[in-house]
Amino acid sequence: MSRYVLRGGVVVGPTEARRADVLVDEGRIISVGTDLDVGRAEELDCTGAWVGPAYVDLHSHLREPGAEAAETIHSGARAGVRGGYGALVAMPNTEPALDSVSLVRDVLERGRSSALDVAVCAAITVGRRGERLAPLGDLAALGVRLFSDDGTGVANPLVMRRALEYARPLGVRLAQHCEDASLCAGGVMNEGEWSRRLGLGGRPAIAEEIMVARDLDLLRLTGGRLHLLHLSTARAVGLALAARAEGLDVTFEVTPHHLVLDESACAAYDPIMKVHPPLRAASDVAALGELLRQGRLDAVATDHAPHAPETKDQPFDEAPAGMLGLEHAASVVHEVLGANRPLDLFRVL
Amino acid sequence: MRTIRGGHLLTLEGVDRVQVVDVLDTAESFVEVHHRTIRKVPALTGRVVASLFFEESTRTRLSFETAAKRLSADVISLAVAASSVKKGESLRDTISTIEALGLDAVVLRHRSSGASEQVARFVPHVHVINAGDGQHQHPTQGLLDAFTVRQVLAERRGTTGRESGAELFDGLRVLIVGDVLHSRVARSDIAVYRALGANVRVVGPGTLVPRELTEWGVEVSYDLDESLEWAQVIGLLRLQSERGSGEFVPSLGEFATHYGLTSARLTTLDPRTLVMHPGPMNRGVEIDNAVADSAHSLVTRQVANGVPVRMAVLYLTVAGGDGR
Repeated sequence: MSRYVLRGGVVVGPTEARRADVLVDEGRIISVGTDLDVGRAEELDCTGAWVGPAYVDLHSHLREPGAEAAETIHSGARAGVRGGYGALVAMPNTEPALDSVSLVRDVLERGRSSALDVAVCAAITVGRRGERLAPLGDLAALGVRLFSDDGTGVANPLVMRRALEYARPLGVRLAQHCEDASLCAGGVMNEGEWSRRLGLGGRPAIAEEIMVARDLDLLRLTGGRLHLLHLSTARAVGLALAARAEGLDVTFEVTPHHLVLDESACAAYDPIMKVHPPLRAASDVAALGELLRQGRLDAVATDHAPHAPETKDQPFDEAPAGMLGLEHAASVVHEVLGANRPLDLFRVL
Repeated sequence: MRTIRGGHLLTLEGVDRVQVVDVLDTAESFVEVHHRTIRKVPALTGRVVASLFFEESTRTRLSFETAAKRLSADVISLAVAASSVKKGESLRDTISTIEALGLDAVVLRHRSSGASEQVARFVPHVHVINAGDGQHQHPTQGLLDAFTVRQVLAERRGTTGRESGAELFDGLRVLIVGDVLHSRVARSDIAVYRALGANVRVVGPGTLVPRELTEWGVEVSYDLDESLEWAQVIGLLRLQSERGSGEFVPSLGEFATHYGLTSARLTTLDPRTLVMHPGPMNRGVEIDNAVADSAHSLVTRQVANGVPVRMAVLYLTVAGGDGR
């Protein structure tokens, strides 16, 4: 199938969506238009479909190296392809953490033989321990553009300040997992009526918002680029939007699960519903959906975080946090956006 | 709560008056078994009940096992100390192993909230009875507390609990004191007392009694002395220092000063006020010796009533309450 035509779909570009056919030859788009004269080409009927660029996921946990029973670079890439992705960013909380040139090079190498493009988000600090800076300069020279200790945030404000200052002239962006760990101590779900009823420890919304506010203040001091991972409360998004309006270079993402599931999903103690940051109050879920429909979210990123099934057969408080995302993110965004919003869908994915 | 007849007993949240009275009346009919020469009834002959304790407990385990034996069930007892569950073995694996033995019921105590709910999902055909899950629920404790209160109030009236139904609870002022936030007993007690028509108030330090607890349909207070005057029944809770509650108060001494039922406070109580504690007691912290051993204290009765109440729960769940 080296030459084929996508016939009858609606082609979605950055500014408009219109009926058009797309001719592809040897993996390259040759022409886009109506009534194309394609010569000898296989016809693929795309009637009723949107045709657009493959999605890019900013936040995938591919678990390799270290937890290949849960996911590998290749299996994660296949999941991405099923979900419509053409590229994804592999997060560094592997075992060992992606905090060195050799490890990152290895993941990039494996990514090249996978089903899609794999970029790497490398660790900010050595071993993601939040103490000493990882070799950000060497890694930037290798092509790494994004750094994060995701899974946990950089708790120490001095370390975060130095990381921002060091990263600024390198032109790379730091991505923060925004949850103040001390406020989340013992917490396994959102703090609120449900956590109190279920007898589960809470991770309060304020733990996220305090960290967002702190990092935005640090960014104001240092300059540079900051990305806020998986924001889950309306107030956290509001802080990020306000900071950008003020001129700070800050971007943020929201996960599919925070757009459709609220804290009450934990009521059956099914550890599938355990994620960090936790599923929030219904009012936050509703607010994030509204922000999506208003076009005010920068990106929907999956935080695709597989675990081996047996690890999720533990009690809720002992099970690891994380749920899948790559295969259903587009359906979720489509559902929350409402019908016929192709431009918005392709913009956030 | 779904009716427990023929099902599970996982929580008392959402329980209604009829369901509670059903259990209490059934328990009352089992009290006399204790006074027989042969303390056994054949209700569960040939049934297998496993008691699975993933967390230390003496009182509750003995009480359940005694109850099962008095119903003539075969009892498998497995005290699985947390440390002996091999790391990496999932909760589901442990249960499947036990299930291979052909069980009718599992009595489960676990340090994690929701464990009995999960087990009931893994093995839906086995009757699961929650013997305490983390900080969530301890349904049989709630039921035996209500049973004990009804028994004492009925005696004072010269009647029986069964004759009084739930009437004695109408407007009854019940005070729950101490570490409400981490207490599964508090959650079960509040559900059962409210279902029976009592007014419930909780009192304790701000860290252990969040002001949001009014969402449970209870009054929230931080003034123990005023609350003691208000209360007709006082339920003390164990300060769960093993769950880190110690970090929620400056010191045990300060907790005892402000929220302990001390012998000094004992003298201010109305002579009819009932004092309860689910055990094990931290004497000198939430309760003084003099209180535990006073005429107000129902602690020994609570322990004794654990057996008929657990017999009732096992009988209603496993035998479905039919063909008695």
